Amino acid sequence: MIRFEPRAAPSPLLAVTIPMAAAFGSLLIALAILKLTGTPVLSAAGLLVNGAAGSLFALTETLTRATPLILTGLAVTVAFRARLWNIGAEGQLYAGALAAVAVGGGQIDAPAFILIPLICLAGAAAGALLLLGPVLLKARLSVDEVVTTLLLNFIVLLVVQMMLEGPMKDPMGMGWPQSIPILDEAALPRLFAQMRLHAGLLIALAAALGVHLLLGATVLGYEMRAVGGNPAAARFAGIPVDATLAKTALLSGALAGLAGASEVAGLKGYLTADLSPGFGYSGIVVAMLAALNPLAVVPAAIFAAGVFVGADTMSRTLGISNYFADLTVSLALLCVLVGSLFLRYRLRWVGRR
Amino acid sequence: MSGIGEAVLRLEGVGKRFGALVANDAIDLSLHRGEVVALLGENGAGKTTLMNILFGHYVADEGRVMLADAAGAWSELPRGSPQAALAAGIGMVHQHFTLAENLTGLENIILGTQAWYSLRLSRREARKRIAALMRRTGLQADLDLPVDRLGVGERQRLEILKALYRKARILVLDEPTAVLTPQEAEGLFAAVRTLAREGLAVLFISHKLGEVLALTDRLVVLRSGRKVADRPTAGADRALIAQLMVGREVDVARPARAEPGRPVLVLDKVGAGQGRGRLSAIDLTIRAGEIVGIAGVSGNGQATLAELVAGLAQPIEGRMDLLGSGAPANPFEAIARGVGRLSEDRHRDGMVAEMSVAENLIMEQRWSKGVQRFGLIRRDAARDAAKVAIAAFDIRCPGAEAPLRLLSGGNIQKLLLARALAGAPRLILANQPTRGLDVGATVEVHARLRRAALEGAGVLLISEDFDELFALSHRIAVMHGGALTPAVAAQSLDVQTIGLAMAGQPGAVFEAAA
Repeated sequence: MIRFEPRAAPSPLLAVTIPMAAAFGSLLIALAILKLTGTPVLSAAGLLVNGAAGSLFALTETLTRATPLILTGLAVTVAFRARLWNIGAEGQLYAGALAAVAVGGGQIDAPAFILIPLICLAGAAAGALLLLGPVLLKARLSVDEVVTTLLLNFIVLLVVQMMLEGPMKDPMGMGWPQSIPILDEAALPRLFAQMRLHAGLLIALAAALGVHLLLGATVLGYEMRAVGGNPAAARFAGIPVDATLAKTALLSGALAGLAGASEVAGLKGYLTADLSPGFGYSGIVVAMLAALNPLAVVPAAIFAAGVFVGADTMSRTLGISNYFADLTVSLALLCVLVGSLFLRYRLRWVGRR
Repeated sequence: MSGIGEAVLRLEGVGKRFGALVANDAIDLSLHRGEVVALLGENGAGKTTLMNILFGHYVADEGRVMLADAAGAWSELPRGSPQAALAAGIGMVHQHFTLAENLTGLENIILGTQAWYSLRLSRREARKRIAALMRRTGLQADLDLPVDRLGVGERQRLEILKALYRKARILVLDEPTAVLTPQEAEGLFAAVRTLAREGLAVLFISHKLGEVLALTDRLVVLRSGRKVADRPTAGADRALIAQLMVGREVDVARPARAEPGRPVLVLDKVGAGQGRGRLSAIDLTIRAGEIVGIAGVSGNGQATLAELVAGLAQPIEGRMDLLGSGAPANPFEAIARGVGRLSEDRHRDGMVAEMSVAENLIMEQRWSKGVQRFGLIRRDAARDAAKVAIAAFDIRCPGAEAPLRLLSGGNIQKLLLARALAGAPRLILANQPTRGLDVGATVEVHARLRRAALEGAGVLLISEDFDELFALSHRIAVMHGGALTPAVAAQSLDVQTIGLAMAGQPGAVFEAAA
């Protein structure tokens, strides 16, 4: 019989190796499923790795894809550390993108050094405000934020579609539901010539470092962790729990909104209703894969992005559905959850007698 | 019932290690039908580990647990299976209750004993059985209120009834009287004696030596994971038991004389709270240098009184003066005003288990200059301060950076005391300061509170432990049904008088003081 026993203190080595093993394990399981469909697994795996990291172009594509995932992963990390269950990063991302188009779409004429910060701020502010509502409802009326943030995702997407069909519709878009393009001055600069990788990655990396410092080194981050660890004890010790949750919400929503602004200003140049293939939801997987450690969000996001990008190549070449990427990333979440069990518990074989 | 005196449980050479720590070292223990055995030991002595092995929560590294069935045949209890322990008739009443708070008493008792498809009819059957059980044992509890609306004492009676309902043959009581009045405790003891006469084997874990002497037939003492004594209770006394537990002599101090100064807390006809914990028009004055004890069964308004002082609740009526100003609006203000607070439930309100010892220590001082600069936490300063507190308060832990959940209850309480006393408070709220603590830790907590009072702090002590109330308090008031008796000099009170007042019948002593 197998028994789980709690570990006194999880070893730091396991804390690093278990998420990596979980990521690797999810790939293996996904490939095993591919095998069942009769696909040549070895060449599929080769194509996957090649597509994600086989060339400079592939690498920059992976990093481009990782950029919004780092930001949504951080948004989820910040919220979950304070035990604020923000499932609405997807909606906050779209709110940020909408704000970015509103600011950068030609209403304001300014040089790039003003317009770029402005567009980022607008995106962050929109995301932040969107999450503030559910948190105030939670604080005042105990409304479950899982429900409200999740439902807001659909509402925001509908609002985006309405805007794209109405006030923000691009008159030059030949009838496609896409927004007016942002000004060139509002676009984030590319990092390499001929590559799509843009300065949003630098913003995301800076955000990861910033969140790491905030959580670990500031009183505010300390209060967030205390509220997440035990809200009753935090309140007793004089920490204003509701205000701390509101601050957490502002920061979390801002990070997700920034992801939307960065996608618009760095990659697409305009807004469509398929701007995000679920970056907000994948952010939850990324955050869990990173064990809610802001610095670990970066490699976790790159892994998830690599799976998405590599699976694109693979599916094009072998003719398999690119749902393979969704499958792998979902499996990664399950593997991480199973893995976290091993982090906290030790397996023991108990002999039957 | 026949078979009184027959062995029913044998632990044989049970050992358990956690890394380098030997929690249990080859412990032998037997239980007989009709016998009440005390299991004693300081926090960290290995009692909890041993009970966790007995209940299948842990698997022993060595040794085994042998059980006799009704016919007297011995078999080994399957390892690591709480279900097997329950099925074998081992019942446990935990110190931290394991009741579902949103269910009623009845639902809690029958939880898990009925198939999901069973009908209301079987509930009626269950209610009948529980009613009979209550009559036989004298353990009364409301079966129809959700548990979160019941007091601690009633919840505990439900726990015991739950174990008995499941036909326990061996009953483990972990600190059962911590929440009872003397009269209620007497009722519990009577019930335990009745059950023992019927053939139940009882393992009684307690830090209250008076009860141990009064109730039990045999003493088993653990120290540092080893069994150091297994002897009949007859012939033992408090000093001997304390010495066996601690391994050295313990002296029990008396309260120092107070030189009461200016009032630090004045409650004038204060009403607050609602529901069962409501306070109605209570009067109380605590002066600097004075320890005032509040006796009473929990759930009679003490929680609201504590919340008033801690800044978690405000008066609805009456006048409150705390350190020269009105009721604090929030805990932050209470701390800033100079109130040091120990919460009743240190797990719920005191500690953040996943944060480190140092981080927990700075929680109330996080905005002070010594801990932060420009909103950045000064880690080194916090760690050094933690090291000082760890040494000064004898907090046994793996280090300042270790997560708090690794510490034992007594050491967590010492840490919380260090935190509460860090700002040299002028009023100290000590709510059940030693509940569940062992002799050694209790002595240390008491000494700290006494010294704080000597240095001029007023202390509001809320306790259900008579030894504690008499050891610390200069004056004692009794709370019942949201009303508070006048505080009377402790010398003029005895346990019986307080016990009657706790049941709502304040005697002449209290009336004279009014």
